[in-house]
Amino acid sequence: MIGAGVAYVTAGLLFGAIAVLSVTDHTQPRRWINGAFWGLFAVSFLFGDLLGDLANGGLVVSLVLIGGCGGLARSQPATTAPAERAALAARLGRRLFLPVLAVPAVTLGGSLAFRALGFGGHALVDPKQTTVIALTVGVGVALILAIVLVRPPADAPLQEARRLMDSVGWAAILPQLLAALGSVFALAGVGRAVGALVGHWLPLDDRLAVVAVYGLGMALFTMIMGNAFAALPVMVAALGAPLLVGRFGGDAAVIGALGMLCGYCGTLMTPMASHNIIPTALLGLPPGAVIRVQAPTAILVLVANLAIMDILAFRR
Amino acid sequence: MMSLLGVLVLLAGLAARRNPLLVVSAAALVAGLAGGLNAITVLAALGKAFNDARYISIAFLIVPVIGLLERSGLQVRAREEVSRLRALTVGRLLLGYLALRQVTASLGLLSLGGQAVMVRPLVAPMAEGVAEARLGPGDAARCALIRAHAAAADNIGAFFGEDIFVALGSVLLIQAVFQQNHIALDPLRVAFFAIPTAVVAFVVHAARLVDLDRALRKDIRR
Repeated sequence: MIGAGVAYVTAGLLFGAIAVLSVTDHTQPRRWINGAFWGLFAVSFLFGDLLGDLANGGLVVSLVLIGGCGGLARSQPATTAPAERAALAARLGRRLFLPVLAVPAVTLGGSLAFRALGFGGHALVDPKQTTVIALTVGVGVALILAIVLVRPPADAPLQEARRLMDSVGWAAILPQLLAALGSVFALAGVGRAVGALVGHWLPLDDRLAVVAVYGLGMALFTMIMGNAFAALPVMVAALGAPLLVGRFGGDAAVIGALGMLCGYCGTLMTPMASHNIIPTALLGLPPGAVIRVQAPTAILVLVANLAIMDILAFRR
Repeated sequence: MMSLLGVLVLLAGLAARRNPLLVVSAAALVAGLAGGLNAITVLAALGKAFNDARYISIAFLIVPVIGLLERSGLQVRAREEVSRLRALTVGRLLLGYLALRQVTASLGLLSLGGQAVMVRPLVAPMAEGVAEARLGPGDAARCALIRAHAAAADNIGAFFGEDIFVALGSVLLIQAVFQQNHIALDPLRVAFFAIPTAVVAFVVHAARLVDLDRALRKDIRR
């Protein structure tokens, strides 16, 4: 069965190539530091499953120290000048959009097709990993299309990849690191502690107050954890199930759906969410720019969610 | 209760604007130690979870494609393409993308959009191109605002669309969490009750995009 390993090996080779190009770039004074960072990231993708948890932990700490202490530098691989780009854009025209649109198209088609493929009840592609594998195939197809279309110098795809990854820099590992923080928080009992705190301190006799604490708690806890999926089990166990459903007789489907949607409002407002970190890095934005734009919408939707929850969960 | 110290470290570190990689690692260590784990256990837990979360970074696989097309003028072309459409404004363009993203996400087609796949190569340069065509050249602050709005439209569309689709992770997680609390849920009803919020989110954000157009116009009159 084809699993996510295909995607991880591809990513490992890509980051490995970026590391080699970094080290061999003699115009770049910190070439060894950049090389070490992307090289270790490549090791994680290529050999992460063989290393064992403790060695992976050491790898994470090394990446954090290299990336976190300001050691990475942005390199300047040779690329095209604005005038060249305008000329190429005029020559290639709309065909330039073809490879970009091929990525989502192949990813979608692939993930649907992979689910159908199989021999005698055995799936050819791991059904849990279809999207990740389909994305890898989609990127491959798009890359071939792009190369045929623009006929670039042989090293251009990887040099351009290095230029983009250097502009993302240390933020590249932050989403994974935050996922790791979430799991350490869970092991250390942070969720239980928050649940106990909420249950202990707040007035829980008034239905509207409990609705508000549950919804706002989902948003706040999501902001801390960077992920609504980590907050939901805590808030449902502390308030949703025992009080809103148990004591006040609310509709559990409403309490669940609206709780999660309150959490999403939190995701829109937190610097801890990969949904905000990745665009900030990819678009070269100052810290907080995406969150500032999203916050007004998030706050209004959050307030609306509390009202919707109170109306729909307790109708009859 | 002591493990909440980890949350405090996180908040203090972010408030003090330390590098997030260092802050997050310190918060994990403090939460773990305060919660009764030893340093080795914390290190192993970090390593295992980091390794299990590699799928998040698979989105970066697209960088050679985007980079190659950018060096061949993709962003220039995206700007030109939209600046010819006279009726288009930044707000209307992003409103269109928001609607597309939300509808496709609600059908389970999340991979049709995304920050790396659509926003960086197409949506953001198009929005900037429209701004330049309608309002003339802008400063760095206007560029940043428009790009941030492009990213926000993608997130908001995806978040408040995906919960309507039954077979996606969030609806199944809600069902599983209530199951642990001995409450059986029908996933179809969970998805159904995400619809009012989806409508509210679309209306609210649409109004904000109309307002963005107004603010951008006011900005050039000054």
